[in-house]
Amino acid sequence: MVQYTQSHFNASFAALSDVTRRGVLEQLARADASITDLAEKFQMTLTGMKKHVGVLEQAGLVTTEKIGRVRTCRLGECRLAEEAAWIDRYRQLWDARFNELDKVLEEMKRKEKSDGRRKKK
Amino acid sequence: MDAGRKSEPMSNRTTVVKKSEREVVVTRSFDAPARLVFEAWSKPELFKRWWVPKSLGMTLHSCEMDVRTGGKYRLGFGGGMDFFGRYLEVTPHSKIVWTNEEGGENGSVTTVTFEEKGGKTLLVMSELYPSKEALDAAGTGAQDATHETFAQLDELLVALGTSGGRP
Repeated sequence: MVQYTQSHFNASFAALSDVTRRGVLEQLARADASITDLAEKFQMTLTGMKKHVGVLEQAGLVTTEKIGRVRTCRLGECRLAEEAAWIDRYRQLWDARFNELDKVLEEMKRKEKSDGRRKKK
Repeated sequence: MDAGRKSEPMSNRTTVVKKSEREVVVTRSFDAPARLVFEAWSKPELFKRWWVPKSLGMTLHSCEMDVRTGGKYRLGFGGGMDFFGRYLEVTPHSKIVWTNEEGGENGSVTTVTFEEKGGKTLLVMSELYPSKEALDAAGTGAQDATHETFAQLDELLVALGTSGGRP
């Protein structure tokens, strides 16, 4: 993180301060997407999404490439974008595990209740 | 998308924070007393029901856990892929610490603590890697390991005519 210049840092924080832009990053961590895809997913106009992607691009969090008439967005090479994607993957794994654990715990609680709370603690 | 998470109570969200360049900390609350959460982590028959969610695309073939300080564990996913290590510390209902030795010298040490408050349990899990490089390489642990191992197994599986190799 030391190699970040102050202005780069400010641009990153400004870019990440918006909930839609964070959502876009999370989305791109899963797969590349066109501006049209993203606009649809976040239910906004193309112009609106272009602005958001522009801010992310300036901060170096996202790169875009125009092929034909489609502009494809992908996660930027910068450390922060990689980091955000890494954490997101990690969270997805544990989120999935813990949602299953919730179900197991519910069942344990039900069983304990029906067993007449023999072991009161 | 995140739409599926809406049904989940906000307070029970899974949060992940990189505490340092070699440590990741996960927190999550559960609507159950600590003794039950601990039980679900320490009894193999319960543990195997949630440790490998369907989205992981893996099946746990064997699960041996001797959950006590100095005890060992081994989770077998078939095809020779095992996750194993030792319990460095086990304090019933409040703490489990174990090593992850399948990664050799890059293996992490995982510490899970359970803290009960008003019938709910706050779980804090820390994974500490020996170096920044080890953490970066680890990715999502099991998931990445699956990809790797399945890539190595692909040939064999094709040869055997099974429908495996789908991580």
